[in-house]
Amino acid sequence: MIPFAFYLFAILITGLFLVTVMSKNVLYAMTSLAAGMVLISGLFFILGADFLGVVQLIVYVGAVMAVYAFAMMFFDVTRDVEERHDKPWLVFLLGGGIAVTLVVIFAAPIMGETVHALYPPVAGATNPQAVGLVLFTKYLLPFEVASVMLLVAMIAGIILAGKKMEISLSAMDEDMIADTKEHA
Amino acid sequence: MITMNHYLILSGILFAIGLVGVVRRKNLLMLFFATEIMLNAANIAFAAVSSYYHDLTGQMFAFFIIAVAASEVAVGLGLLILLYKKYGTINIDDFTIMKG
Repeated sequence: MIPFAFYLFAILITGLFLVTVMSKNVLYAMTSLAAGMVLISGLFFILGADFLGVVQLIVYVGAVMAVYAFAMMFFDVTRDVEERHDKPWLVFLLGGGIAVTLVVIFAAPIMGETVHALYPPVAGATNPQAVGLVLFTKYLLPFEVASVMLLVAMIAGIILAGKKMEISLSAMDEDMIADTKEHA
Repeated sequence: MITMNHYLILSGILFAIGLVGVVRRKNLLMLFFATEIMLNAANIAFAAVSSYYHDLTGQMFAFFIIAVAASEVAVGLGLLILLYKKYGTINIDDFTIMKG
């Protein structure tokens, strides 16, 4: 059953993310990205990382995708995205080559059999309990730093997006837009 | 039987897709989507290594990656909205203001 689920998820995720990368429509790209994230949380559940799967669902599918959806209200998403591509084959060669190189670099220590478990899960504890035990003992400082980082990001997001909130480009005609640009 | 290598290969494929997207895309919003794909590919690799080596460190790093991704989206989209209000476009080709 697990191999079937893995291959199903793997094929679906790959296809959905290909749609995200290749699609010309922003709405299609975002929807397929959200669906792929949901299926990735399925992979986490297969791997026994229950808490990570739930966090993936809540943060990525719930929060990040909602932020993207709200941000898309500022842009015109009904039009297809027009992009200029000079050498498409070069893109795939470069992207694939860099990705393979990175994978080889990071897989080398694993192939060397030098990986040892630093924090094995506590016997008898469920996954969220074990995660909590490690997160609030060994990784307490990074956890606090991450919380400060999220606070900084929240303030930055409010200030950046909130500037000139009373001006709406989509509600103006071309002359008014040119006029605001001259004043800016 | 699904081994760790299956997950690592899947992660590598997804990372390659994301990287192709980053190199290929000219629309900034689409560029953000591609970076999200790359971060998720790394998350899959971390979770797989964590599960097969019975070590929770990988899951911890996956949590911090998710936190970084969330803050990246908040700041990045704020900057994106600011750019759109200033120039009226989010196409990278229109931002080539340095002539040389």
